[in-house]
Amino acid sequence: MLELRDVRVEFDGYRALDGVDLTVPEGELRFLIGPNGAGKTTLIDVITGLTRPVAGSVRFAGHDLVGRKEHRIVRLGVGRTFQTSVVFEELTVLENLDLAAGFRSPLWTLARRRRGVSEAVAEALARTGLEELAERSAGVLSHGQRQWLEIGMLLAQRPRLLLLDEPVAGMSGDERERTGRLLTEIAADHTVIVVEHDMEFLRRHASTVTVLHEGKVLVEGSVEQVSADPRVQEVYLGRRPSDAAVGERT
Amino acid sequence: MRDLIRRNLPFAAVAVVALVAAPLLLEPFRLGLLAKYLCYAIVALGIGLAWGKGGMLTLGQGVFFGLGGYAMAMYLKLTEAGPGGLPDFMVWSGVEELPALWAPFASPVLALGMAVLGPMALAVVLGTLVFRQRVRGAYFAILTQALAAALVILLVGQQGLTGGTNGMTNFFELFGRDLAEDSTQRGLYLVTAGVLGVLYLATRQLVNSRFGRLLVAVRDGEDRVRFLGYDPALVKTVTFAISAGMAGLAGALFVPVVGIISPALLGVVPSLELVVAVAVGGRHALAGAVLGAVVMGYAKTAFSEQFADGWLYLQGALFILVMTLAPKGIAGLLGRVRRARTA
Ligand SMILES: Nc1ncnc2c1ncn2[C@@H]1O[C@H](COP(=O)(O)OP(=O)(O)O)[C@@H](O)[C@H]1O
Ligand SMILES: [Mg+2]
Repeated sequence: MLELRDVRVEFDGYRALDGVDLTVPEGELRFLIGPNGAGKTTLIDVITGLTRPVAGSVRFAGHDLVGRKEHRIVRLGVGRTFQTSVVFEELTVLENLDLAAGFRSPLWTLARRRRGVSEAVAEALARTGLEELAERSAGVLSHGQRQWLEIGMLLAQRPRLLLLDEPVAGMSGDERERTGRLLTEIAADHTVIVVEHDMEFLRRHASTVTVLHEGKVLVEGSVEQVSADPRVQEVYLGRRPSDAAVGERT
Repeated sequence: MRDLIRRNLPFAAVAVVALVAAPLLLEPFRLGLLAKYLCYAIVALGIGLAWGKGGMLTLGQGVFFGLGGYAMAMYLKLTEAGPGGLPDFMVWSGVEELPALWAPFASPVLALGMAVLGPMALAVVLGTLVFRQRVRGAYFAILTQALAAALVILLVGQQGLTGGTNGMTNFFELFGRDLAEDSTQRGLYLVTAGVLGVLYLATRQLVNSRFGRLLVAVRDGEDRVRFLGYDPALVKTVTFAISAGMAGLAGALFVPVVGIISPALLGVVPSLELVVAVAVGGRHALAGAVLGAVVMGYAKTAFSEQFADGWLYLQGALFILVMTLAPKGIAGLLGRVRRARTA
């Protein structure tokens, strides 16, 4: 479904991605890990059209994504979140979701007021457990709730591929747990790529893991394989990956 | 239903005052002044939409206002000159044949159409070029300001086509009615107030629609909106065009109301003055923008009558004062009072 071939990205001569190959089949929940500056965010940026690679190809469901505008890629069914969550604080939770859900309607049809709650929005509210907060302004949400709202906004768009950049960063234990369950649920009927460091979290929720290091794919495999790999342990500064998780979030 | 009535009560009250009380109570001269402020208020409404809701600080609304004004003025001049005749200023500048550019403006429908659609078309072109390149913030502001300066230079330079620095004046009739008559002026006032009222309601509707939500989202997180699958450039261009259309219509009303259009009325300074008025009134509320235009219009008249030069400084001081002490303007202050009373 998603296929990257020999993708290279340069920032002023600096190779942020140095020949990345990545294949993610339909329906998979893939975790993407790697130390700070490994190029994880850049990889998501390339897929979603924010950053243009100097070489290589990105194909999604039969479409070539390189050179396409961001909003066109979204319309193909690729949704993403950002490391720092952005919800629209002046709008209510419901309005945020409704905005996300309406992206396929032609602009002129938006000239009317919202009436009721669409099916996609209701579903996203239920899945993220934000029903109680629907009428509250998004500005009052806690950090965790914002992340869920962002994920909810993605779900309301009914994408085929979701890219989540460190969705549990900065969350409390409870919130992580809940997010993990949400991810597993979402993965049941979506293809999902999650950037995350926390090995504990990975062990609980991951199936396949891709380790990125200095712009290259270092290893790919199950959580056990990856965490046992000496190269991965070395990359995490000679510590065991589970230790490295602490304070390694960017 | 009751909610609907309560929500529209302030609007209805203002409408009654504007449409009934003002024409009865104000002497013709004062009513004419109010009509002028209402023309500015229509421009301000557009600024409130583009800047307050859409985050586009447009310092060049005078351009669209001017295009609307000149379109109307050309029509008025041509009806006066009669078929085959030439407008007075052309005769003075030695022009012998009516320029082709002028021909369509003999038709009132085309002239009015141009007054609104011309500015909208220009805004679409500008918006498409500028917003696609992701020019925003201060760069957009400076660009629109430069446009206002450029239009002034263009108008002044084309003496025979535009009346140069003096612009166009000496209008005597509109649709067969004598512009000097009080009844004509009262009618113009009522039309202006009516247009403002209708545009205000329409804009409020737009702001409360899903498009309005999208516009606020673009203002607060353009990049995020892009990743929701929308094209922010399109949203901004549409909004900018609507605000330009309003300014154009305001310009077209301004000409018969005030009796003149000239480069001095649409350059950098008048464009800035309107933005200041919107800031003072409160850019986050559409009513604030309208209020600001009327209040600042009155203040300008009142102060300029006494100390001509003082106004510019006073205006600057007021702007700084509002921005530092009450960034939401008069509307914000009123809102706070109202909340305090209900709380
Ligand atoms: N827009 C940019 N301009 C210049 N350098 C960048 C830019 N974005 C990322 N980088 C660099 O590319 C490398 C990879 O960054 P990133 O993909 O954000 O890493 P990760 O998300 O894995 O922590 C880093 O060294 C970072 O400094
Ligand atoms: Mg990152």
